[in-house]
Amino acid sequence: MTTDTKSTGGDVRLTGISKTYGSFTAVHPLELTIPQGSFFALLGASGCGKTTTLRMIAGLEDPTTGTVHLGERDVTDLPPYKRPVNTVFQSYALFPHLSIYENVAFGLRRRGVKSVKKQVGDMLELVQLGDRAQQRPHQLSGGQQQRVAVARALINHPQVLLLDEPLGALDLKLRRQMQLELKRIQTEVGITFVHVTHDQEEAMTMADQVAVMNGGRVEQLGAPADLYENPQTTFVANFLGTSNLIPAEIVEGASEDLVVSAGGGKLRLPAGRCQASTAAGGRLLVGVRPEKISLVHADDAGTIPDGRNRLTGTITASSFIGVSTQYVVDGPAGSGLQVYEQNVERDSRLAPGAEVVLHWNPAHTFGLGADQAIDAGTQKVEDAA
Amino acid sequence: MTGTTTEAAPPPLTTAPAAGEVRKPPTRRRLVPYWLLLPGILWLLVFFALPLVYQASTSVQTGSLEKGFQVTWHFATYWDALAEYYPQYVRSLLYAGTATVLCLLLGYPLAYLIAFKAGRWRNLILVLVIAPFFTSFLIRTLAWKTILADGGAVVGALDALHVLDVTNWLGWTQGDRVLATPMAVVCGLTYNFLPFMILPLYTSLERIDGRLHEAARDLYASPATTFRKVTFPLSMPGVVSGTLLTFIPASGDYVNAELLGSTDTKMVGNVIQSQFLRVLDYPTAAALSFILMAVVLIMVTVYIRRAGTEDLV
Repeated sequence: MTTDTKSTGGDVRLTGISKTYGSFTAVHPLELTIPQGSFFALLGASGCGKTTTLRMIAGLEDPTTGTVHLGERDVTDLPPYKRPVNTVFQSYALFPHLSIYENVAFGLRRRGVKSVKKQVGDMLELVQLGDRAQQRPHQLSGGQQQRVAVARALINHPQVLLLDEPLGALDLKLRRQMQLELKRIQTEVGITFVHVTHDQEEAMTMADQVAVMNGGRVEQLGAPADLYENPQTTFVANFLGTSNLIPAEIVEGASEDLVVSAGGGKLRLPAGRCQASTAAGGRLLVGVRPEKISLVHADDAGTIPDGRNRLTGTITASSFIGVSTQYVVDGPAGSGLQVYEQNVERDSRLAPGAEVVLHWNPAHTFGLGADQAIDAGTQKVEDAA
Repeated sequence: MTGTTTEAAPPPLTTAPAAGEVRKPPTRRRLVPYWLLLPGILWLLVFFALPLVYQASTSVQTGSLEKGFQVTWHFATYWDALAEYYPQYVRSLLYAGTATVLCLLLGYPLAYLIAFKAGRWRNLILVLVIAPFFTSFLIRTLAWKTILADGGAVVGALDALHVLDVTNWLGWTQGDRVLATPMAVVCGLTYNFLPFMILPLYTSLERIDGRLHEAARDLYASPATTFRKVTFPLSMPGVVSGTLLTFIPASGDYVNAELLGSTDTKMVGNVIQSQFLRVLDYPTAAALSFILMAVVLIMVTVYIRRAGTEDLV
């Protein structure tokens, strides 16, 4: 802990790294430090450059510019088979001609380890496949193959484990189960995991830190809760969960709370949560998450406590999904506003066509610059391409 | 159940409607595979099975062309044929085996190139591999007579590079001649059967998932190790079918030995041809054919068992 090499021993540092194919830029020059021992997610839609970034760390892709450091060591020019990094490939890429045992032993054998039996046995136990050692990959289910792929990479004790959409081919239930499993394994072995995914829930569930990528750039980097609560761009606000974004004009700036006007009403938001200029007269996008909003029928508007942000509107759609009900509300401030209400006491008057008032704590409001596309990041890609 | 069911009708698999005549389509549908097989089976029966039986009966006949042949169950023909012509059998297998190995050594790199490196040239190269088939087999083999002609450019170059010294020492060539030597016959066989090696190799290499190469490289395998441990094992189905498609026809070939060889390079195919067409000793020709068939069948069976193709894919 006194020496430099110790403190940054296993950090992955990408410096000015970029990748272009002809005239297409897959990754713009990128600075990224992935702390040792962390579970780091690269999140974005397909084609955002996240897999290319991962492959440059693995050495499977040569960066056009920039360097890759593992700790103090510059590995930019090392071929993949000389890097202390292993990958869990999308769709696993298990060797079909080898048994599960030999698949897992592959890396050890290539490095000349003589007695692999104990290590392979232990690793297969860790992923709960000890009884499948002599079978072939095609005899295993998708989830089992996925665990073999993890075991095959982890047995080499890499400095960094790279996971390229490892759960993309699994069904939803299995995916949830494997998310917890991977998180357990990461905690157990303490190796840095870099996880590429297009599934924002997956990234938020598993990762300590998430880098949201869009168009070959990192839009925002932070802990999942921080990204969710304080998005800095409309892309992050829409891609991570759902946000209601309302165009507004600043009426009163330069104080602790900004006052803005939207659709004839006044809204307040903390100046500290505003990414745009806070001068009066400026335009911005006011954001609030659907679950932060409460919904009351217009007849009961008097019951709303003072000091809360309010918007009026009409319910245009509602859908009951068990733990909550989702409403879509159109109003003068904006259309298609989303509200998630916990199903504690259901007000039967809250049906499509009803006049309602939305209200929420001003502290839950954030402001974004009005110069960006309001719907950036709303087209979520469901399939892993 | 209303009683129109015939006794032959099997128990219905699905909940069949009560009316009897509705059951007919499934019966007809069950026969479809047999109807589809029929043309092929008839063809094989008339042009393969019957001739084979006829040939078997010929091989145990005795007699002469003038007096006619009778089935006398004279199995000694087999022993006599084997005793007299075993050098030609050994030569056939040796030449065919050498040509197969050469085809594999020449064909594998090319198939690998087409499958992984050719990019947009892939189809063009594939067409070029098949292009020789647009010319007759005989003409192409005759062309090799010119290529390997005494005093020609090829022989001159081999001589200048002292390759002929080596091949003379090995007994593949004689003096400053290549034509009419074992090397010429093996060259002809290799040339003629090369596409039959390349195409199956290409097919099996092309099917290999490129991510497996990446996975191997990621798991500390150098490019050479990746080839040895991943690419080559996965291409085994192509190696097996390519070697079979080369070796089997090459071992029965007589055209290359006829046109490019000499009396010292006769293969069993030449013997069968001359027994049948010139000597007119039909029983011996038939027995020779059966022995060749049996030898090749045994070798192929052992080979497939050893290569273990059923384990792959």
